[in-house]
Parts: sequence; C-alpha cells; structure tokens
Amino acid sequence: MATESEQLESLVNRRYEHGFVTDIATDSLPPGLDENVVRAISARKNEPEWLLEWRLQAYRQWLEMDEPEWAHVHYPKIDYDAISYYSAPKSDEDRPKSLDEVDPKLLETYDKLGIPLHERARLAGVAVDAVFDSVSVTTTFKEKLSEAGVIFCSFSEAVQDHPDLVRKYLGSVVPRRDNFFAALNSAVFSDGSFVYIPKGVRCPMELSTYFRINAANTGQFERTLVVADEGSYVSYLEGCTAPMRDENQLHAAVVELVALDDAEIKYSTVQNWYPGDEQGRGGIYNFVTKRGDCRGANSKISWTQVETGSAITWKYPSCLLRGENSVGEFYSVAVTNNLQQADTGTKMIHIGRNTRSTIVSKGISAGRAQQSYRGLVRVMPQAAGARNHTQCDSLLIGKDCGAHTFPYMEIKHPSAKVEHEATTSKISANQLFYCRQRGISEEDAVNMIVNGFCKEVFKELPMEFAVEAQALLNVSLEGAVG
Amino acid sequence: MLEIKNLKARVAGNDILHGLSLAVNAGEVHAIMGPNGSGKSTLAQVIAGHEDYEVTHGSVTFKGQNLFDLEPEERAREGLFLGFQYPVEIPGVNNAYLLKTALNARRAHQGLDEIDAFEFLKTAREKMAALGMDPKFLNRGVNEGFSGGEKKRNEILQMAMLEPELAILDETDSGLDIDALKAVAQGVNALRSPDRAIVLVTHYQRLLDYIEPDFVHVLSEGRIARSGDKTLAHELEEKGYDWIREAANA
Ligand SMILES: Nc1ncnc2c1ncn2[C@@H]1O[C@H](COP(=O)(O)OP(=O)(O)OP(=O)(O)O)[C@@H](O)[C@H]1O
Ligand SMILES: [Mg+2]
Repeated sequence: MATESEQLESLVNRRYEHGFVTDIATDSLPPGLDENVVRAISARKNEPEWLLEWRLQAYRQWLEMDEPEWAHVHYPKIDYDAISYYSAPKSDEDRPKSLDEVDPKLLETYDKLGIPLHERARLAGVAVDAVFDSVSVTTTFKEKLSEAGVIFCSFSEAVQDHPDLVRKYLGSVVPRRDNFFAALNSAVFSDGSFVYIPKGVRCPMELSTYFRINAANTGQFERTLVVADEGSYVSYLEGCTAPMRDENQLHAAVVELVALDDAEIKYSTVQNWYPGDEQGRGGIYNFVTKRGDCRGANSKISWTQVETGSAITWKYPSCLLRGENSVGEFYSVAVTNNLQQADTGTKMIHIGRNTRSTIVSKGISAGRAQQSYRGLVRVMPQAAGARNHTQCDSLLIGKDCGAHTFPYMEIKHPSAKVEHEATTSKISANQLFYCRQRGISEEDAVNMIVNGFCKEVFKELPMEFAVEAQALLNVSLEGAVG
Repeated sequence: MLEIKNLKARVAGNDILHGLSLAVNAGEVHAIMGPNGSGKSTLAQVIAGHEDYEVTHGSVTFKGQNLFDLEPEERAREGLFLGFQYPVEIPGVNNAYLLKTALNARRAHQGLDEIDAFEFLKTAREKMAALGMDPKFLNRGVNEGFSGGEKKRNEILQMAMLEPELAILDETDSGLDIDALKAVAQGVNALRSPDRAIVLVTHYQRLLDYIEPDFVHVLSEGRIARSGDKTLAHELEEKGYDWIREAANA
C-alpha cells in the first residue's frame, strides 16, 4: 500500500492544464527600459501630451525607488532591462469589429481554457473585454451597455474617447509613486479596462475581463479604472490564466476603484496564472496594486478573489473608507501548492465616521508552499464608530507547507470595535479515510473538504464564476493530500 | 460473504492480530466481543483498509474477491460499510452532501443513475425520522459538534442510506441512551436480510437483546478465543473474560 506521503505527492503533481502557447505574431519593443521606451509606448497609443508627461514623471519617480523586499517571498533578482515593455497582436491597425474577425488562434486559446467566449457571453449575458497580451482584441455587448450610459472599454480607447474622465480619476486612488511596482506600471502600462457607471445606474450585466499573458518574456502592466458615480452599482469580474513558460514572467498591474456617494462596486477575481512546475521553474510573478476608494457617503466596495496561480503573489486589495457609513469587504481564497509563495492580504483604512469593514481570508497550502496573510486595519482619529471583523483561516494539506498570519491593527479612535479570529486546520488522514470508507475517492474527498472550507467566500462570487472557481480549485489541488 | 483466514496484522510496529480466522455468510449476524485492546477495532480497520494497519499474514476475501486488491473506496462501493468507533468530524462539509456523494459513488459503481435530489431528501428524512434524528442534522457539518450519541446515530443513518451488503459496526451502541439504542437496533434489524450480513462489535449484552445474533465470538489477544451462539454473550456478562483467557492459554 502506498504511504500517505507518496499519495500526497501524486495528488500534488497534477499538471497545469492551461499551459500552452498560442502562436500569434507579435509586434514587440526590444527589451529594456528608458525614457524613449516610455515615449514609444505612448506614441503607439497616440496618447495626449498630458498622459505622456504623466508616464514620464512616473518613470523618473520609479528610477529613484528601490524594489521592496519582503520577509516571506524569495525570488531571483528581476532584470528590468531584460523585459520587453510592449507587445501587441499584429492585427493592431485593423482591429476586429466582431468575434468573426478575431484571430481564430485566439478563439482557440479561449476554447482550451474552457472559455467559449461568444457562447459564454451570450448565455450569461456577460460583456467581455478580453485582454490578450497588451491590447484589447474584442469587446462585446457594447451597445446594450451604452444604452444604459455605461462606459466599458479598453483603457486605450478610454484615453481617446473619454479623456476628461480618465484624467480626473487616473492615479487618484493609487498615486504614481505609491510603491515600486505601481510607479513602474504608471510609466509603461499598455492597456487594461475602463469602466464608468453614470449616476443612479445599475449596470445591466456583469462586466467581465479575461486576462492572459502570452508573449514570452513580456512584462504585463495592466491598468484598470472603475468609477461608480453616485447611486450606481456594478459587478466586475476579472479572470486570467497563462500558458506554460520556462522563464519567470513579471506582472505588475494597478487596479483603481472609485465609489462616489451611495455607489457600490463588487470586484471579483478568479486568478489562475501558471504557478511554475514542481521544481518551481517558470511561473508568474504577480505584484499587483489593487485599491478601492469609498469616496462617497454610504458607498461600498467588495473585493472577492480566488487565487490559485502564480509562482509568487504579492497582493493586497485594499479599501480607503473615506465616506461616512461606507463599507469595505474582502473575501479571499488563496491556494498555494508545490513551491508557490504568496504574500497577500488586505488593508482597510477607516477614515470616515461609522465606517465598517469585513475581512474573510481562507488560505490553503499544499506541497512545500508558503503562504502569508498580512492584514492591516487602521482606524484614523476622526473615524468615530468604526467597526471591523476579521476572520482568517488556514488549511494545511501535507506536512511540508506553511501558513503565517500577520494581523496589524492601528486604532486611533477609542470607539472603534475591531475583532480578529484566526484558525489553522489540517486535512487529516482520518478524515480522508472516513470519506473513502464511504466510497468517495481521495481526490473528491479533498475537494469536498476544501470547498467546504471556502464556502463563505464562494457564496460572494457571481454564480457562474463560483462554479468556475470551484473547478479551478479542484484542478489546483488534485493530488494534494495529507 | 466475508472469509478471514489466519490474519496477522500490526500497527505502529506492534503485532495486534495473531492469526485470526472468521467466516461470515450472507444472512448472518455475528457479534464480536472481547476485552479492551484485544484487537476488535484493529480487525475492523484492516477490513476497511486503513493504511496505518499493516497486514503481515493471511487472507481476507469479500464476496469472493481478494479484499487486499481493493482500495478502501472500492471496498465501500462493493458494499462494505464500517460504522466507526470514533466517527471523525469534517467541519464545513455538509452532512447531506457527504451522504449524497457517498450514495452516488455506490450507485455509479452499481451502474445506476445519480439519485434525484428530491428523492434523496425524502429518503433521508424518512430514515432520520425512524432513527429519531432531527432533519436539521442534514445541514450541519459532518459530525461537527455532534454529541457522542448523535455521531453514532449519524453512522447508522449513513448505513441505512447506503444499504451495504456487509456492515461492521464498531461499538455503535457505546454512549447511546436507551431510546437511541432501540432506534439503532431497529435500523440494524431493518437492514437484516438473506443477502446481507452484519458484524457487531460490542461490549454489552444489552444490544444483543435487541439484535439477536446468530453467532457470538470472543476476541482475545488477537485471536478468536471462543465462538458460540447468543448464550455465550450471557455467560460473558456473568463471568467476564478471565475464564476464556485461561482456557485459551491452558
Ligand atoms: N494507531 C495505533 N497506534 C498505536 N497503537 C494502536 C493503534 N491502533 C491500535 N493500537 C493498539 O492496538 C491494540 C488493539 O487496539 P484496538 O483498538 O483494536 O482494540 P479494541 O479491541 O478495539 O479495544 P476497545 O474495546 O477498547 O475498543 C491496543 O493495544 C491499541 O493501543
Ligand atoms: Mg475498539
């Protein structure tokens, strides 16, 4: 009979299903970064002068910043001159007007990912702004959205068509010099998504973007800006996978959310980037700055994320609770397997009176993976009546993985009510044996236990996304037992 | 149904079973009694296939197949059920979900379709009513926070739903109040049929008042030291185990 650890390993050694490379001719800049590269990116996108200037300032600020070092993630030094900062599908000039005009190879790629784009979009009533490498290739349901006055387009289009909105809100949540990776992104971002929901409008459908990294050795610098004007509501879905590569790939995105008075933004992410092989080779470096600004009274921003990918993840979706009675939420499932490292968490900054935040973090570690949760709850002196509840649970699968929890609290108002609960549990051999004695395979038993563990977060996801997330988790953990 | 021949097994480096033989035919109910630590649960775990228990000698066949060729889940799907002495808690996993998954695994193996959700709930509720279980236990985590007696009832509920061909109940009667004991006995008796067999591991004659066994065995020091009919259980109740040990060592 196989020993427990052997079985564990075979469970863990499940191959990455989405690892393949689509062969599309790309029009890339040579590797390296200087002001000319920044100018070239801006010129290719035909950007206004103010935006070029904004990028250049970011670049100069970045030059003066040091790459951060974190206690719990380790990776070889990134050579920023070895990265190409721009890559776009060749067909850039004559963009496809409909899916029929889309490169069939690309559609095939989505197919392999189990995302039959048109089908899915039509069936689920989801508008999809698919980002392939750096340029948006196709956008659907635009008309229906524009009837409602909703703007949902690629960032580059927004710069051309809605420059005032972009100029007003770009960098207003994540300033250029916020951190090393945000500064880099501000200098060289290539594309991303832009959403504006006008006053009083409830966006008629879920907005969805599938991100994908493709060209070899190309850093990805997505920029997303979502603005919900007074009394509006939007649910935004972001999902991504990446093909198998042997070099590490850098991804440094910036996501900014702005919710004005009485507005609500629900931002959901299912992330499935290539995590590297069993030896930890390849895989995505994911250094992302995501921040939501509850700028208006009674506004609400929820982050929900299910992360199974990346070699290294460094990510803290945060909320600035500025408006009175505003609400911030963070629901997260993070899975790390093999040699994956994740340092994630959230920050809830209570600035306005009677602001409330909820944090539910579920971490699952298997193989030799290390996972850290870092959460900051800060209650500012003027934030009377602030409340926070944090729940932070870790599930360990096997005996070589680790989970670390670092809750930070800075409370500067005596009326604040802040609660923190944390648990660590293990999937025990006896639990698995119990399930097997009932006829349930070990793999199904693990999935069952993991899904049970994540239930609270899954129920926050839109229905079809929740199903996908569950399937993704099962794939990521197939074979991980202990 | 089950044929055990000269079985030797060890756990954590200790030899526990020292050549145990036992045959259980369809339609029969066997009771296994014996002192604490004599190896009753070890026998049950070996039959179910727990990996901590190493078989060093002997053979076990189940419905004519070599049991050791089958993974634990395959044994279960073939109709082997173990009611655990200490049922494990699985927080977060819905009790009904586990039950349905288990049932469907068995049905798939039998070439049957998945059970209809409505049908499942109806059957589960009926069986729970018979066991005196509140239907809200369906929506709790598997054994999560259940009292000792509630866990045992939950084992019987699973058995009743899965309708195994061979059920081994390891001290399912321990920790039960009188009403629960009767309910459990009723559940077991309902399962009795000419093509099923039941093995009861118990310390108490009491259970056997409700479930009349065809055979009673005494397990002592890793062997069946004595077998008899139900009167043997009464004798044990009166005299304890010493006389059997003495007789076995004589
Ligand atoms: N996992 C284990 N590790 C170490 N020793 C074990 C393990 N399982 C059983 N044993 C030992 O094997 C012996 C037999 O245990 P077993 O549980 O089979 O007894 P039992 O007859 O079921 O007793 P009881 O009536 O108390 O339930 C005991 O001495 C016990 O300590
Ligand atoms: Mg026992």
